[in-house]
Amino acid sequence: MNCRSEVLEVTVEARQVEESMLALLHTILLHRSTGKFHYKKEGTYSIGTVGTLDIDCDFIDFTFVRVSSEELDRVIRRAVSEFKDALSNSGSDGMGQISLEFYQKKKSRWPFSDECIPWEVWSIKVNVVNLANEQERQICREKVGEKLGEKVINVVEVINRHEYLPKMPTQSEVDNVFDTSLKDVQPYLYKITFQITDSLGTSVSTTMRRLIKDTLAL
Amino acid sequence: MDSGLSPQDKKDLDKFIKFFALKTVQVIVQARLGEKICTHSSSSPTGSDWFNLAIKDIPEVTHEAKKALAGQLPGIGRSMCVEISLKTSEGDSMELETWCLEMNEKCDKDIKVSYTVYNRLSVLLKSLLAITRVTPAYKLSRKQGHDYVILYRIYFGEVQLSGLGEGFQTVRVGVVGTPVGTVTLSCAYRTNLAFMSNRQFERSAPIMGIIVDHFVDPPCNSQRPANMGQPCNYRAPEDDDGPFAGVQDSQEVCTTSFSTSPPSQLYASRLSYQPPALGGAAELSHPTANPNQVLHAGKEGGVVLAPAQPPHGADAHLTVEHAPNTPGSSGDDDGLSNSGYGRRDEGRRCASPSDPVESLNAFTRKIGAFVNKPSAQITAASLDLPFAAFAPRGLDSEENDPMVQPPDSPPCHSPLQASLHSQGSEGSGPQDDFVMIDFRPAFSKDDLLPMDLGTFYREFQNPPQLASLSLHISSQSMADDLDSLPEKLAVYEKNIDEFDAFVDMLQ
Repeated sequence: MNCRSEVLEVTVEARQVEESMLALLHTILLHRSTGKFHYKKEGTYSIGTVGTLDIDCDFIDFTFVRVSSEELDRVIRRAVSEFKDALSNSGSDGMGQISLEFYQKKKSRWPFSDECIPWEVWSIKVNVVNLANEQERQICREKVGEKLGEKVINVVEVINRHEYLPKMPTQSEVDNVFDTSLKDVQPYLYKITFQITDSLGTSVSTTMRRLIKDTLAL
Repeated sequence: MDSGLSPQDKKDLDKFIKFFALKTVQVIVQARLGEKICTHSSSSPTGSDWFNLAIKDIPEVTHEAKKALAGQLPGIGRSMCVEISLKTSEGDSMELETWCLEMNEKCDKDIKVSYTVYNRLSVLLKSLLAITRVTPAYKLSRKQGHDYVILYRIYFGEVQLSGLGEGFQTVRVGVVGTPVGTVTLSCAYRTNLAFMSNRQFERSAPIMGIIVDHFVDPPCNSQRPANMGQPCNYRAPEDDDGPFAGVQDSQEVCTTSFSTSPPSQLYASRLSYQPPALGGAAELSHPTANPNQVLHAGKEGGVVLAPAQPPHGADAHLTVEHAPNTPGSSGDDDGLSNSGYGRRDEGRRCASPSDPVESLNAFTRKIGAFVNKPSAQITAASLDLPFAAFAPRGLDSEENDPMVQPPDSPPCHSPLQASLHSQGSEGSGPQDDFVMIDFRPAFSKDDLLPMDLGTFYREFQNPPQLASLSLHISSQSMADDLDSLPEKLAVYEKNIDEFDAFVDMLQ
């Protein structure tokens, strides 16, 4: 199956990394989450309600909307925080990429583990810059806010093409399509990974490790 | 156009489009209220959350939207538009953006109404939520309040973008194909924010064209007049919306149940509607097309709800204080009184008392959090009003209207001046240069305290100058400063490590 792949690129200051990533990841997840499914007899199901929340950024002139789910927010924050730490510890020029991948699970026979087949991958490339003075920082606040707005419009544009989405699953299959671990919302199955690019432009071992881990996933 | 679309599908589709239009308006207006929106996710469906999204319904906004739609649906050539504009406290106004919900002829015959269209409309609403925070008007609306307010206006028909100035940009939120056409949602927003102060007066000139109170039908409008629109303000109703119970027909039951049956059988398996929470609607059981393929026994609440909104019952809740306004102001001088503040708690206004403050006939006053009920204030104001000078004399009050504040926040210099001017009841003519009048400061009552406000003013009217501001002392201190400079420098040099550490910490 062809996997849809979208790349977004942002240039931010170090202190803006966290919020800009949260903004974009949450915007994508807002569109890729539904309410909890409640299966009833005879193959019908009803869908819970998704609430939304406006979040103001502290270091960027920007407000984004996220799904009203603290659990989901925690998960995303943790991933972004790891990415941010990796970026700042890498000692590189501050280039990295965080990926949000939506996948479906396909059950395989024993001894092979389930296959994860991605159907949509969002890659957000980050360039971190250092600014010299407060005035530049102020300009950066506004500029990054505008850029993020453009990125949100890009995201919305892609999503509203209404291209492939996994079929709505039956009750037995729902865990192959959706992440049902959260109490209040149900995003499509997703995973977040990142890689840091060192100054030579080659990506560091994290990608290799990830690939190996996935192949041998048991 | 409808060939191939079953009557049930057509009915569902119409319902979806209708509620989509209403929810679109809610999202847009709520995004321009100036506050952060927060709604909660709920894992159990309630049957009233259209498109599985928790979007509150502001009754006033729903009312306006329904009024604009007048029973029609957005269709080809009939777009529903929400215009967002800004109005300053001086009366200047400017259109900021126009959101358009349009329909074009491109049909998608094969799409499943009850399932795919519904879900895609839900995604489109989420996109709208995201995009409304991105256009320039969002930041403006978050800062509204004292200097300007944000207004909205809903109209139906041809899209009008001329008010957006040159070089306006368009952003498309999304499209959803349906068997009867493609629903498109987009926003055109102004990029040139220079003010055009003359426009406002052109538009407001015809008094009849201005809606004084949007809950009272203006005498002559077959279509909506080009007026200033409604303020994007909202007073959160108390939890159960007392007078509103049963009025919210947006709680017309929405689809909450879907089927996981394979596509070929989807057509036959209808949505099961939850019985409406409000009760009173007869549940009809809908005969499915292929009885032998019924996959669920859900009954369909064929809710033919047209709960008549009590004509002013709906209004009663939000606009309790409007009541005095409507009969009182037959002179529509209140003009744009409805386009006042966007403040949350101050969205209501009442007519001024006619007597005894007759010079303030057109003077509308806001009811705010800190203001007493009108009647009490009227009697208190039987004394001269301190701010009489600021009220227009028989002119339309639109310039002043946004300036009206709850009395406890006057401009600071005014008490003195205003009281000197409040001669109305004293009977002294304004032409005289020097008139001995009783000094009546604002907010004071005579004989209340031994030392009353007036005495206080008089005593402290001319305070002595601050010592540090006087010239010869300042020059002395300058000399002292210069002398002590070397000592200070020595101390700082000693502590240089501390300072360095501090600076490092900041970086």
